[in-house]
Amino acid sequence: MTGALGEEDRVRLAPGVMLRQDRVRNHWQLLGPERVLILDEVALEVVRAATAQPPVTVGAAIGALATQFDAPRDEIAADVLEVLADMIAKGFLTR
Amino acid sequence: MTFCGATTGIEPPLALLAELTHRCPLRCAYCSNPLALDPASRELDTAVWRRVLDEAADLGIIQVHFSGGEPTARKDLEALVAHATGAGLYANLITSAVLLDRARLERLRDAGLQHVQIGFQDTVPAKAEIISGFPGGQPKKLEVARAVTDAGMALTVNAIVQRHNIDRVDDFIDMALELKAGRIEIANVQYYGWALKNRAALMPTHEQLIRMDERVRARLPELTGRLVVDYVVPDYYAKRPKACMGGWGRKFLNVTPSGSVLPCHAAETIPGMTFDRVTERPLADIWANSAAFQRYRGTDWMPQPCRSCDQREIDWGGCRCQALALTGSADNTDPVCELSEHHGLLAGITATDGGTAEVPLTYRSFSL
Ligand code: SF4
Ligand code: SF4
Repeated sequence: MTGALGEEDRVRLAPGVMLRQDRVRNHWQLLGPERVLILDEVALEVVRAATAQPPVTVGAAIGALATQFDAPRDEIAADVLEVLADMIAKGFLTR
Repeated sequence: MTFCGATTGIEPPLALLAELTHRCPLRCAYCSNPLALDPASRELDTAVWRRVLDEAADLGIIQVHFSGGEPTARKDLEALVAHATGAGLYANLITSAVLLDRARLERLRDAGLQHVQIGFQDTVPAKAEIISGFPGGQPKKLEVARAVTDAGMALTVNAIVQRHNIDRVDDFIDMALELKAGRIEIANVQYYGWALKNRAALMPTHEQLIRMDERVRARLPELTGRLVVDYVVPDYYAKRPKACMGGWGRKFLNVTPSGSVLPCHAAETIPGMTFDRVTERPLADIWANSAAFQRYRGTDWMPQPCRSCDQREIDWGGCRCQALALTGSADNTDPVCELSEHHGLLAGITATDGGTAEVPLTYRSFSL
């Protein structure tokens, strides 16, 4: 639970968190107790990759995203880690 | 059917507070339920609640909070949770926990319940009993809290803070960690309903609040990523008001046990209001057009100093019910604002009612 998030870690949705498509507002969102996080297209794919079933490491998720977006792995790794760490700090994801 | 969005310019609401019943085995002296409680005979039935949940989902509501009273006093809670989840709503349960057990929690989880918020009156059992008027509550609450996380649902510890427990805010945080709660709400008592009757017995001193504030802030860094802390400085000692309910008629609607639709749960205290009922008008129509929602929506209703203030679309002039309770008119600026001509009243109230003394409590009257 302590230390910075690394590529060898795995993350999952925290208890009581759900990924939901809001058809009235036309976006995807993470819902938790008293909280809503609106996801843009990139954040949605990051959440999907990192919480894939069966579970994958953050490193594997970064690899999958690099392929999906046809982007250099090194360029996106730090951004993905930052997005995930932020979602952990806000209680939407857990390690 | 659409009354929201482009046609009226009114944003759809985010959350529905579904007060299923006013029945409750506890008799909390800080209860914000109205002094005139709805009897069981006037409660909406299951079919009407199902329709309300469907209408809420169609309207764009995201989260439903099953509340009360004690919502688990309703035998159809599982059915309503399942219906809400089926309609795409995120289901929260706001409970005192004393009527719950592991088996029912598992049924509620299987119906789709995501989050359980349990109210705690204190960390010391005997002291909790004095506030709730309910013997044996604490061990039961702790047992149910553990069962919530065991069942894989999110748990919030709702620490209801007043003068008798405010010095144990650290213990509340430790209790939340020990229970593996994902979130703690440090809720200073708001003085509505029964709580207003008991203000002189509950309100803490300024010194107590400053100590609590220091303790909470000192703990925050270590809690990041472990425990979400929702914490609001109590109104009576603040300089600017909160955007009550995120602004009147902007984010929330509240359905009472007998079906009235309120912009906030204390709105019935305001004289001259008429509330529409879910049995008489569709929810979307009520949200967009009902007199109660229009009365204080936006900025047109505002008096000075709000009307020309640059904060008017941030705090929306504060709380209408508080303006009423303290200044005698809900049309006034919330006197918590230091720009209000009535702001001086707060100092008077905190001086007379704020304290640490033991003042006799008036318990919420109850019927189950
Ligand atoms: S009496 Fe206590 S537990 Fe019951 S509804 Fe009021 S505050 Fe909640
Ligand atoms: S004057 Fe009105 S709008 Fe301005 S800060 Fe005070 S309450 Fe808010």
